[in-house]
Amino acid sequence: MMIMAESLNLDAAFSALADPTRRAILARLAKGEATVMELAGPFAMTQPAISQHLKVLEEAGLVASRVDGTKRPRRLAKAGIEAMDQWLAMLRDALERSYDRLDEVLAGMETQKRSTSETPDRHATGTASNTGSELAKRIRTEERRRKNKQVQKRKRGERR
Amino acid sequence: MSKLTLKTEGDTHVVVTRRFAAPPEAVYRAHIDPKLVQKWMLGPEGWTMPVCINEAKPGGQIRYEWADGKGRGFYLTGEFLELEPHRRIVHVERMYLPDPTPDNRIETTFVPDGEGTLMTMRMTLPDAETRKAMLATGMERGMEASYVRLEGMI
Repeated sequence: MMIMAESLNLDAAFSALADPTRRAILARLAKGEATVMELAGPFAMTQPAISQHLKVLEEAGLVASRVDGTKRPRRLAKAGIEAMDQWLAMLRDALERSYDRLDEVLAGMETQKRSTSETPDRHATGTASNTGSELAKRIRTEERRRKNKQVQKRKRGERR
Repeated sequence: MSKLTLKTEGDTHVVVTRRFAAPPEAVYRAHIDPKLVQKWMLGPEGWTMPVCINEAKPGGQIRYEWADGKGRGFYLTGEFLELEPHRRIVHVERMYLPDPTPDNRIETTFVPDGEGTLMTMRMTLPDAETRKAMLATGMERGMEASYVRLEGMI
């Protein structure tokens, strides 16, 4: 049940972030608490329109509120933002490291090309270096190897 | 300086752009030649790709396996859907973490940009379960989520 609620929340969080006004509201709240009236100021929008955006953000778990007399100041909800941000940050980190390596690979290709400029470049045309049947065979071999490994692992587990 | 941009598009896509100092021919080739792919498509430090098989033609299969050298690993399978040499690759992939994730259709385009290339990769945003499984697989390295980064992102 917990997992279910969290899943719904994360998807709602991404959806909520698709709107530029809602992103601007989050950016404003990142600087500190604000009331609906304070939020409506810079947006040239009515308070009910801002309230509607806040409702979406609250349902997505990105914004929380507290009661202060007749006011309900809003603030960023840390947990909701972290869950969503963590995945995007992981993706960015993995891609940045991969593409930095690709820069080196590309630099290496350039050097190689200069030294063997007469060699026809079969890859550049998009032609695979192996025939389809050879590749299919290799993929099947890898599949078998993995299955065998799993069976062995299971057997070892049973013996214990 | 970060040359990479990463943005969510609507509620179902992520769009990544990156500039490279090499021409589209080279960047395209580095995305489909297994010997080259194996050298860079590794994610965080410490991971290797012991198995890198692909058949670069429409309908061709893909099988990549990663290992972190500490007994952790995962693999993906996929198929190429469209290949326009030096311009565009469309493929579908799924990760086994160990259960297969829903198919992710990825379109990668390579456009000349001065002496280099502007690469744009558009992928489907994985569902919450998949994101969780990806994080749990150990692709993350103790990253601190922060409001500062959120501000940079939006």
